[in-house]
Amino acid sequence: MHTFLTRGNALLTFTLSVLAGLTFFCFLSTALNAYSATANIDTVKVLVKNVPDYSAQKEKQDLGYLMFDLQADLNPLFNWNAKQLFIFLVAEYETTDNKLNQVVLWDKIIQRGENANLDMKNMNTNYYFWDDGNGLRGNPNVTLTLSWNVVPNAGTLSIIRGSGSHSFSFPNEYTNVRAQ
Amino acid sequence: MLGSMLEEFQRMNKRQFFYQVLSFGMIVSSALMIWKGLMVVTGSESPIVVVLSGSMEPAFHRGDLLFLTNPTDEPIRVGEIVVFKIEGRDIPIVHRVLKVHEKGNGTTKFLTKGDNNRVDDRGLYAPGQLWLTPRDVVGRAKGFLPYVGMVTIMMNEYPKLKYAVLACLGLYVLIHRE
Repeated sequence: MHTFLTRGNALLTFTLSVLAGLTFFCFLSTALNAYSATANIDTVKVLVKNVPDYSAQKEKQDLGYLMFDLQADLNPLFNWNAKQLFIFLVAEYETTDNKLNQVVLWDKIIQRGENANLDMKNMNTNYYFWDDGNGLRGNPNVTLTLSWNVVPNAGTLSIIRGSGSHSFSFPNEYTNVRAQ
Repeated sequence: MLGSMLEEFQRMNKRQFFYQVLSFGMIVSSALMIWKGLMVVTGSESPIVVVLSGSMEPAFHRGDLLFLTNPTDEPIRVGEIVVFKIEGRDIPIVHRVLKVHEKGNGTTKFLTKGDNNRVDDRGLYAPGQLWLTPRDVVGRAKGFLPYVGMVTIMMNEYPKLKYAVLACLGLYVLIHRE
């Protein structure tokens, strides 16, 4: 019984050490990857409305509405250590109230093995484009960029912004809530 | 086997006994030093956290380990995975930043959402709270290790297991000669 325990102990320690070493190697092997790619983004329809945001304050805030095109080939980003890509489309702009605003409009999870060559037209956003205030009407420079968060099997989580962005401006007039 | 261990225990004299206790104390304080050292280096009050819920699946599952840093001079940006605590509650929540609004003087407010949740986290915040601020953030997830945290979850859910493991460890350290 004494030798059984010793053997079991040795086996367990060895297994754990090998697993730890493999995990560390997994992390090292992709620690320096750049994960860069280009995205082509375009907006199809851009409106701005001014309505009360019932999920936040009760005052009226600017609500942007847009549809977009997106084309990006993200297949080269996957490797044995990239478990999934969390892709998100960000609108970044400046208003008189806030110097920097970043709003995620759309996101998608792509796991290793799924097709990562995106080519989408006339996409609706996943989330409402609420501004914190009334700074969207007539805003001359709203920039759309695509970023991704690489989730590894083991290792560092990195967030990379894709090269390629699209800037647009909101119209100077609010659209009536009922018109679409 | 237990009989021979007890015999060995009775044969030890006082000096050896105290030596064993000292070794035990050294192990405990080294572990504590490493933990506190990590806290200082990363700037986070909890540099390693275990994922407790499935709200970030399929990226993080229950039992995964996250390494956090908290560089207070780096601003919070959209897409980052933040670990935050709601005021008045102990449990840290691991979610992703969805919206950021930052004023010219640096005051930032942001909204979070779990990848696997349908809606954003406003329902989780304190009543009347609409945004999070950098003060609520415990750290940002920078590294990831799968499955390792399951041990912590099992020890928390079955406290008897925790006491049993600690008792066995204590007994082994006190009795073993080396």
